[in-house]
Amino acid sequence: MAGFGKAMACREHVRIRLGARFMSSSSSSWWQSVEPAPKDPILGVTEAFLADPSPDKVNVGVGAYRDDNGKPVVLQSVREAERRIAGNLNMEYLPMGGSVKMVEETLKLAYGEHSEFIKDKRIAAVQSLSGTGACRLFADFQKRFRPDSQIYIPNPTWANHHNIWRDAQVPQKTYHYYHPESKGLDFSALMDDIKNAPNGSFFLLHACAHNPTGVDPSEEQWREISHQFKVKGHFAFFDMAYQGFASGDPDRDAKSIRIFLQDGHHIGISQSYAKNMGLYGQRVGCLSVLCEDEKQAVTVKSQLQQLARPMYSNPPVHGALVVSTILGDPELKKLWLKEVKVMADRIIGMRTMLRENLEKLGSPLSWKHITDQIGMFCYSGMTPEQVDRLTKEFHIYMTRNGRISMAGINTSNVGYLANAINEVTKSA
Amino acid sequence: MNPEMASPSSSSDRRISVLARHLAGVEMDSKNDSISAFPTSGSDNNSVFSHVVRGPEDPILGVTVAYNKDPSPVKLNLGVGAYRTEEGKPLVLNVVRKAELLLVNDRSRVKEYLPITGLAEFNKLSAKLMFGANCPAIQENRVTTVQCLSGTGSLRVGAEFLAKHYLQRTIYIPQPTWGNHPKIFTLAGLSVKTYRYYDPATRGLNFQGLVEDLSSASSGAIVLLHACAHNPTGVDPTFQQWEQIRKLMRSKGLMPFFDSAYQGFASGNLDADAQPVRMFVADGGELLLAQSYAKNMGLYGERIGALSIVCKTADVAARVESQLKLVIRPMYSNPPIHGASIVAAILKNRDLYNEWTIELKAMADRIISMRQKLFEALRARGTPGDWSHIVKQIGMFTFTGLNSKQVSFMTKEYHIYMTSDGRISMAGLSSKTVPHLADAIHAAVKQVV
Repeated sequence: MAGFGKAMACREHVRIRLGARFMSSSSSSWWQSVEPAPKDPILGVTEAFLADPSPDKVNVGVGAYRDDNGKPVVLQSVREAERRIAGNLNMEYLPMGGSVKMVEETLKLAYGEHSEFIKDKRIAAVQSLSGTGACRLFADFQKRFRPDSQIYIPNPTWANHHNIWRDAQVPQKTYHYYHPESKGLDFSALMDDIKNAPNGSFFLLHACAHNPTGVDPSEEQWREISHQFKVKGHFAFFDMAYQGFASGDPDRDAKSIRIFLQDGHHIGISQSYAKNMGLYGQRVGCLSVLCEDEKQAVTVKSQLQQLARPMYSNPPVHGALVVSTILGDPELKKLWLKEVKVMADRIIGMRTMLRENLEKLGSPLSWKHITDQIGMFCYSGMTPEQVDRLTKEFHIYMTRNGRISMAGINTSNVGYLANAINEVTKSA
Repeated sequence: MNPEMASPSSSSDRRISVLARHLAGVEMDSKNDSISAFPTSGSDNNSVFSHVVRGPEDPILGVTVAYNKDPSPVKLNLGVGAYRTEEGKPLVLNVVRKAELLLVNDRSRVKEYLPITGLAEFNKLSAKLMFGANCPAIQENRVTTVQCLSGTGSLRVGAEFLAKHYLQRTIYIPQPTWGNHPKIFTLAGLSVKTYRYYDPATRGLNFQGLVEDLSSASSGAIVLLHACAHNPTGVDPTFQQWEQIRKLMRSKGLMPFFDSAYQGFASGNLDADAQPVRMFVADGGELLLAQSYAKNMGLYGERIGALSIVCKTADVAARVESQLKLVIRPMYSNPPIHGASIVAAILKNRDLYNEWTIELKAMADRIISMRQKLFEALRARGTPGDWSHIVKQIGMFTFTGLNSKQVSFMTKEYHIYMTSDGRISMAGLSSKTVPHLADAIHAAVKQVV
């Protein structure tokens, strides 16, 4: 990446020049030359929202679930699990690979309750710091063991994906994904990019509920993608942050992964419990890599641990205990699955309401994509300028790429939101 | 849901479906010659990672793995530095239990993402704990503190920040040091050099060697300092020696990076153990500090710690904090909430805080008494050699001076588990087990050279 190299070289130059100056001065700071960093585009939105005193303000920025009263939710199943574990556990270090029980249960969700790969112990898996941590560990692993590889990332994607692979020093390319005109999938361009990539390339795929667009391939399209991956010998790394959240059914949401597994691909998966168990701040997730046999799985796992050790030694125990308590108890697991479906259904309901409201207002544009898209986010198609107007005139907060977090919409604000969107887009 | 997607549950069904898939693969091959036998294609079983060799066991955490496998009833785990009671049990502090119950019963608590920099209240309280409540640097907003994943995470984030923004990429670490230190700094992009620290002849500090090595370090280099209770040796500089180290480092513009994993555990007094760090802050200079609550609050598995950077001005501190966020976001986005909430609940409540200091002192005192008992047991056996370093060294660990052959012997014959550098975790001892350890050391010293 030429820009990156130039920036590094420039920084080196500044570093050397400043170094000489610093030696002589004892009163200036070593950090004088440190530039203020740009605000994180996503988390910065919530900061701005919190600072706004307007009573009408709406936060459809960050993808954290809200109930119909706009309140964050702690699932009943989670509260019960916490009640069971509070105060009487010991807080010893987990192994570097994390909680074995939690990882076992987590693999069942992704690979299938009765997956042969689990039975045959072919999956190298470690507990990770939610989805971010899983992606980062994989990127570091890719850098160490496939140093000549690069990563193909969909355009657009969650902004932090670019940061993760960049900090792991894996070069990145993008592949076509979103089709702005149709506000759907640019399937032919995507397939072209898959075909044109060098054989054996590494691809990042969103397993379901693509972030930020909400646009997912159909089952048929996934099968074609999988087939083309076989032709080209590509490696598929799935980021699955929304299992259960997309359709309300975790097995259905894992369909893309199951198709690839059926086709014999040896995939990697990042799983997160931030959204589907509402454990955001606990940082619980899992990185898994399907290997050719048990021996290799043990080997790969040992190397993943080698990467985790100098980053955080071992992962946090609390969230893992919550997960394994819930998933290990059939009653709690049933309750959790019900609660996930409630969350997913509320979001699907809000999609319908938002679209209906816009159509009732007589918007000249098509809003079909609101209900075609899936998961927590809707790629509205609004421009950054329109988004800025939404914020300035209507106190509506979202990321400037026009991404709306559906979870931030409720029956009280959907009318206000529809009206505001209509106002800024009707003359588009 | 498509019923085909549910994997068959009997093994013969599985075999048949695997065979069927292989047959399908063969058909496709003959139809389409362009499907080559690439690593991830369905037609052969080679993985893109088949060249990966098995990583070595972590030398410290691997000790516990080996210990767990041993069936002997007299086995003793003196490997990882996790505190144990007289009964050999892990300990959750009473004050921590109380804090946890407060948290779980508070129904208004949610599990939302923390900010990238972590729980603000926790950060402020952590800085005060180390730097002192009336520290001018804090009052002048010159300190930026970010919650990180215990000591390891704080070191890694600090090191990555240095690699990106500091003019020098060399860090000097003491010889010896915690085994994970060089890995952390190397992966962060720093190059690692060592300075002399431990003197095997005296089993104490090689102060002259330390001064020589730091004097010849390049100007501006980073220097890792153990704030107290050096790991693995238990050998700490005296206050006078610290003062000399400080003067020397400031005169050469060496950047101090303190690792504080045992505040309160060394002497039993939190303020006393913070003195070396406070000396460096008091002279108005800049430094980095990694703090851990794993041991002193027994929160090991919660992964709770903090990185603080003391800067010359508030403006610089604000910019530095913004850059720390850019290091953290692509690593894990934001830190885990649970441990931070517990620590904050304890530190901000006077009664809980006082209770904590009492429990902490009790842990430190028990360790000091184990040192005394082991020393006396070796003396009673007439074990050859000077064992006074056992009571002179400080903190959770003792650097026995035993070599790796002697350690292997002790593991094999006496089921004593410890790291091969001769380090034992005093926290793993009890009055009941001291005699067994003394026997093992005695035998090792007499039979193995």
